[in-house]
Amino acid sequence: MKNNMLLGAAVMVGASALMSASSLAATKFEFWYGLSGDLSERIQDMCKDFNASQSDYEIVCVSQETYENNLQNTIAAFRANKQPTIAQISDGGVVDLMLSGAYVPVRQLMEENGYKIDWSNYFSGIASYFSTSTGELLAMPFNNSTAVFYYNTDALKAVGFDGAPQTWEQVEDIARKLKAAGYECPIAFDPTGQWQWWEEFSAVHNQPIATKGNGFGGLDAEVTFNKGKFVEQLAWYKKMYDEGLLVNKSKAAGETANDAFVNAHCQMSSSSIADHGFIGKQAKEGMHWDVTMLPVWEGTERTNSFVGGAALWTLKGKSAEEYKGAAAFYNFIATPKQAEWWSTVTGYIPVTNTGYQAMVAKGFYDKAPYKGRELAIKSLTFTPPTEYTRGVRLGNFGAVRKEVQDAIQAVLFENKPVQQALDEAAERSNAILRKFEKTYPGAKLP
Amino acid sequence: MERRAFYRNGWLPWLLLAPQLILVLVFFYWPTSQALYWAFTLEQAWGGGNTWVGFDNFLAIFADNKYWATVGRSAFYAIAATGLSMAVALILAMFADRALSGTKLFQSVFVWPYAIAAPAAGVAFRFIFSPEAGLIGAVNQMWPGIWDPSTIGWHALAMVIICHAWLGIGYNFIFFLAALQMVPRSLSEAGAMDGARPFRRMLDLQLPLIAPTVFFLLIMNIISSFTDSFGLIDVMTEGGPIGATEVMVYKIYFDGFKGLDYSGAAAQSIVLMLLVISLTFVQFKWVERRVHYN
Repeated sequence: MKNNMLLGAAVMVGASALMSASSLAATKFEFWYGLSGDLSERIQDMCKDFNASQSDYEIVCVSQETYENNLQNTIAAFRANKQPTIAQISDGGVVDLMLSGAYVPVRQLMEENGYKIDWSNYFSGIASYFSTSTGELLAMPFNNSTAVFYYNTDALKAVGFDGAPQTWEQVEDIARKLKAAGYECPIAFDPTGQWQWWEEFSAVHNQPIATKGNGFGGLDAEVTFNKGKFVEQLAWYKKMYDEGLLVNKSKAAGETANDAFVNAHCQMSSSSIADHGFIGKQAKEGMHWDVTMLPVWEGTERTNSFVGGAALWTLKGKSAEEYKGAAAFYNFIATPKQAEWWSTVTGYIPVTNTGYQAMVAKGFYDKAPYKGRELAIKSLTFTPPTEYTRGVRLGNFGAVRKEVQDAIQAVLFENKPVQQALDEAAERSNAILRKFEKTYPGAKLP
Repeated sequence: MERRAFYRNGWLPWLLLAPQLILVLVFFYWPTSQALYWAFTLEQAWGGGNTWVGFDNFLAIFADNKYWATVGRSAFYAIAATGLSMAVALILAMFADRALSGTKLFQSVFVWPYAIAAPAAGVAFRFIFSPEAGLIGAVNQMWPGIWDPSTIGWHALAMVIICHAWLGIGYNFIFFLAALQMVPRSLSEAGAMDGARPFRRMLDLQLPLIAPTVFFLLIMNIISSFTDSFGLIDVMTEGGPIGATEVMVYKIYFDGFKGLDYSGAAAQSIVLMLLVISLTFVQFKWVERRVHYN
């Protein structure tokens, strides 16, 4: 008798559980991203808000810690047919993805799901990196940034410089004065920072990184960084390093460049605008600092800088329902309220013109802690993208970046001659590009 | 007399072997055959297809100067880490073998480093050896710039070798101690009575008698320094200043996962596998001849 009652109770519980489970009919889809720490928490908040705002779709957001991990894990999942619907892929991973055809172009996705988006609203400096060579957007820009120059206003005032350094000549002059006044580290140099010290330098000086419009025109591009202004720039870094004006700051050396700047150990540094929030929060008590666009050599006609960060790519092989959910999510994060929230809680900049204008109109950029971030937009839109400032579209670009990084380090730490180091790096980079070309025979970049 | 186990049921031995066989098949033979296939083709990262290129990948890596530098570096790493680790472990085992008061405590304590995961030890050692913040870095206060593993290549390599050797000491120690304790006391006493000092006794009596253990540990240590060094290097130096601590296994990881050159990495891993196999073969053929088993 008792057994029957227990059995009956168990069946009731089981049945009710089954019924409640089947009523949660929201389509689940996954979003894998490559950020950690504070930024990861913000993305989790965003996903919670999306789920709360509607009941048709449920997004599951998973952090993979870094862009590289995210790329590797997404590739592995794709090969096992267990890929997420949305993946956050950064600039370096774009070419392999483009040639594999493993993605659904975002314009196609939004059209098929009935959303009308004004694609010209996206800043061309941001969109060009993730577009076809004819300017059609393939992925949704998400967390975008550019390289900027941070400086400690107290220290600069102490040596008699007022305002923001705009040219490398000024930077050199300030650094010498700082060193003479007893500051141990005028400029913090991250030896793995080839993004800001090489790529972005080339962009604002309109220097080609590779032929065929930095690779946009075809897989048979060749690198050209061993010719042009970067050779002199590297020689100048070496000179400054030898004089102790440019100081090596990295995790291996004991303190990263950003940490050195927020602790006022170093007075000038260059990194992403995305660090603006971090620096604001972590800066030493009483320290006054500001941000400006990357310096250029006097007499240069400045051009727009490259966009950094990542975009959201929709991967192939998922169901139509999941794509509907992804389209709804893209629509959600593009709403003005969401876009403003994202730019407030992180250092990332608004990706659309109207979004930016709305924030300017509200006075968002008028005072601390957000004042200065608008310079990133100014840098990205200084000129319409030229042939060499649309971005970089080279295969296995991660390996090419490593070659340049090694060349910079060899010049600074091992006294290798500048031209020799860059020539060797260019030779090895071209070998990498030719191998990539052979891997995709007959393929054309979109 | 030969001893064999007979099973009446023909299926039973296979069932008992099955778990181990499945593990070896899934985690070794399957990935290896895949790597072999990729090494002879150009594999696209997202898996869209591949092109057969025969031995091109192998020729490309053999023509690469940096690859040979990596091979040489790995060989140096193997010899240095193995030599250091085994020498220190042997000395400690000899001391602990002398059965003085308190050695029981040391016998257990000396094994502990082996239980530490390489990445954990790597983080700790990276702090200890850090040029600005570390304990060893304190020498930089007296002679600025004398210790800098972040820019000077061989400093970083020395640091990683020392850490790898330290981790292996516990493992080697236990085997050496066990081997030494199997040597009959009467032999050492006879030698002492004939006037041989401890050092002489070690060289002429104990070492030859523990030769099988030395041989076994040599193989294990060398293989471990080729393959297990990855965790340590990734945590401590990530390939080091300008590739100074890039050993073969790390280069495979970097080229494959960061450079997205799956075929090149597959070719390198096949070469590494053949290298380790041939080393083991060489050791068995030549070194074992000089080992005397009872």
